[in-house]
Amino acid sequence: MDILLQQVEYRYQANTPFERLAIKDVSIDIPSGTFLAIIGHTGSGKSTILQHLNALLKPTAGKVIIGDKEITSEKKQKNLKDVRQKVGIVFQFPEHQLFEETVERDICFGPMNFGISEDEAKRRARIAIRQVGLSEDILAKSPFDLSGGQMRRVAIAGVLAMEPDVIVLDEPTAGLDPRGRKEIMEMFHALHQERKLSTVLVTHSMEDASRYADQIVIMHHGEVYKKGTPEEIFSSPEGLMELGLDVPEVVRFQQKIEKAFQMNFPKTCLSVEQLTEEIAALVKRGEQR
Amino acid sequence: MSMKPLVQLNNVSFQYDIQENYALQDVSFEIYEGEWLAIVGHNGSGKSTLAKLLNGLQYPQEGTITVDGMLLSEETVWETRRMIGMVFQNPDNQFVGTTVQDDVAFGLENNGIARDDMIERVNSSLNKVKMAQFLDQEPHHLSGGQKQRVAIAGVIALRPSVIILDEATSMLDPRGREEVLETVRELKETHNMTVISITHDLEEAAKADRIIVMNKGKLYREGTPEEIFQMDEELVKLGLDIPFPVKMSKLLKEQGISLSRHFLSEEELVAELWTSYYNK
Repeated sequence: MDILLQQVEYRYQANTPFERLAIKDVSIDIPSGTFLAIIGHTGSGKSTILQHLNALLKPTAGKVIIGDKEITSEKKQKNLKDVRQKVGIVFQFPEHQLFEETVERDICFGPMNFGISEDEAKRRARIAIRQVGLSEDILAKSPFDLSGGQMRRVAIAGVLAMEPDVIVLDEPTAGLDPRGRKEIMEMFHALHQERKLSTVLVTHSMEDASRYADQIVIMHHGEVYKKGTPEEIFSSPEGLMELGLDVPEVVRFQQKIEKAFQMNFPKTCLSVEQLTEEIAALVKRGEQR
Repeated sequence: MSMKPLVQLNNVSFQYDIQENYALQDVSFEIYEGEWLAIVGHNGSGKSTLAKLLNGLQYPQEGTITVDGMLLSEETVWETRRMIGMVFQNPDNQFVGTTVQDDVAFGLENNGIARDDMIERVNSSLNKVKMAQFLDQEPHHLSGGQKQRVAIAGVIALRPSVIILDEATSMLDPRGREEVLETVRELKETHNMTVISITHDLEEAAKADRIIVMNKGKLYREGTPEEIFQMDEELVKLGLDIPFPVKMSKLLKEQGISLSRHFLSEEELVAELWTSYYNK
């Protein structure tokens, strides 16, 4: 399912003394199958964009097209159920939203709310729990007896059981240890490929954005500052650094080397292995002089 | 940094009601006055339980904790809490005042500090964290980093000797993270504050004076950052990671570049590469 944002503007509490412009002139194209990362400071408008992706917010100007639904400020939208089912959002700390007595009932809650039969919901719960890397016997347990990492996976399974076409992740690894972070991101990457999903990842982690995304959008003060492939975004890291954003460790290190040696490598390396080879070649050239 | 132990843990064990395993098992170590101690470990390794015990939110079932020679117990907890301040993970969960200055004043009011003294302390604490120009701001107008700095001001207004950061930077963006760490570094240097940082951020831990690695409720290893990061792949097995410069040093060695050691800072690594490039 394609999602298109065309010159979207959003004002919180519009036409009141508290009106605040959150995003303006935001145009982003998310064709089916894209892995898009949205990056920016707290308050740059990332979360506001995220809420437009399944019509939780309606733009105050511009247009959001989700599949065959067009959402604008003028139109009164009915029947957004479809959109909400096809675009699953995993909010920050999703484990805080668990509430049912058993894991199975918690996962089934969403699908059944959308009119799926109990049998079908249970079937989906069994698939989803394996997809998040947990075993089926956990379904009978109370979600509150699980570890934090397990709870997060259960909450994610609840979104997967809706069988969405698009999955939107808001800082899905916040608070996890390095292994947990890697496992969760690898899981989403695998799901993205197996289920041919569109994935939108809102993150502070430049490492994750450069490793997993095909497209990156950098938000700054409510506007799109830059968009492109990871190579395009990180080939001129100076601008990002001026905004106070991180660049991937590898890119940062390449810059330090280039500065010290007063030279430029032919391209921006996005993996440690690539950069190691370039540096090794450079240092060895030094030996031969 | 002196070698005077300010806090001592002796054979501390703790188990939560519903759980089979110990959250902490037979943990002993000391925290020295004026040091920056990083406590790292996987989720569920006991780091946060440790923080709760140090702040008297829970008490050890076995073993003892002493703070400046005083045994931490239900009788002494109010006294020890004045010495140990804590900053939590989520900036939104620890803002209690409606404005920045009210928030900082909250702890002082609770401690019955006289009004004149209170005003002075609120102002000087907010100055120290560079938030003085935000006195009357409401919390939702602040960034995550600014909120955490206000939380730190609330803590230091009570003039503790130790500040515990319980993953206090993990929900912040890179700029917010740097703001908070810079603030704490300054406090440590100018006021000889002892800092205990519970963290997953190994770049941050690399800058500590000392690191404790927790694993499954036990103290797994203790040492300087140099010593700890020599553990290398062992850290990955423990659910942690290796800091970037160490990873890079290792890969370069595999490519046949000779380096004198595995570097903890990028600058040192660049300098050595530069030297070997020119000396050969």
